[in-house]
Amino acid sequence: MSVRLQEAPFDPGAETNAFLAASAGAGAAVTFTGLVRSRPDDPVSTLTLEVYPELAEAQIGKAIAEAVTRFGLIKATVIHRYGALAAGEPIVQVMALAPHRQAAFDGASFLMDYLKTDAPFWKKESTPTGNRWVEAKAEDDQARDRWSKT
Amino acid sequence: MKIRYFAWLRERLNRGEEDVDLPAEVVTVGDLIQWLRNRDEAADLAMQKPQLIKAALDTEIVPHTTPIGSAKVIALFPPMTGG
Repeated sequence: MSVRLQEAPFDPGAETNAFLAASAGAGAAVTFTGLVRSRPDDPVSTLTLEVYPELAEAQIGKAIAEAVTRFGLIKATVIHRYGALAAGEPIVQVMALAPHRQAAFDGASFLMDYLKTDAPFWKKESTPTGNRWVEAKAEDDQARDRWSKT
Repeated sequence: MKIRYFAWLRERLNRGEEDVDLPAEVVTVGDLIQWLRNRDEAADLAMQKPQLIKAALDTEIVPHTTPIGSAKVIALFPPMTGG
């Protein structure tokens, strides 16, 4: 289980390979990489992520522990960057290892939904028309809430 | 105790953190937000929709009804946009 918060870029392929190499015989791994979005009709030159590191480590650690218990993951790793990122750069990578694919998919999806709403990061976009804080989206809350236990 | 501010709340208050001595009547997180709003105009404006302000006591996110108790650090921040 691990949480890594870092300002420096990471290599998604190298991270995936290292995760898989340490996972021999497990059965199923899902990795997800989130990238800085910039569309031609809405260009973003820089995405700056602010973080509360102590709280982020605690929150993501709790989420990983829950994912392990709930989906039977063998292990999970979350890498999340902060600071100034250029368009197209990786922001986040979630890797989940399980005996079977459904648990790995569900574990990775649960962790990503959690990061969107419950990990203390705040995104600010720099665009040709100025800087703006990214607003929390209702659909992200809904995505997280579908994992709520009934 | 120490209060830390993040994102647009930090920008609007023009400070990332401050040390405060809380009066006895400030018991919960919600009381603290109201006390900060009463104290200065920038805080009043920045937190005029208290439902948009999230709070953490040390390293635990809590609702506004939670007593501050013996927490060393309280963080106030807008809804999170990670991932």
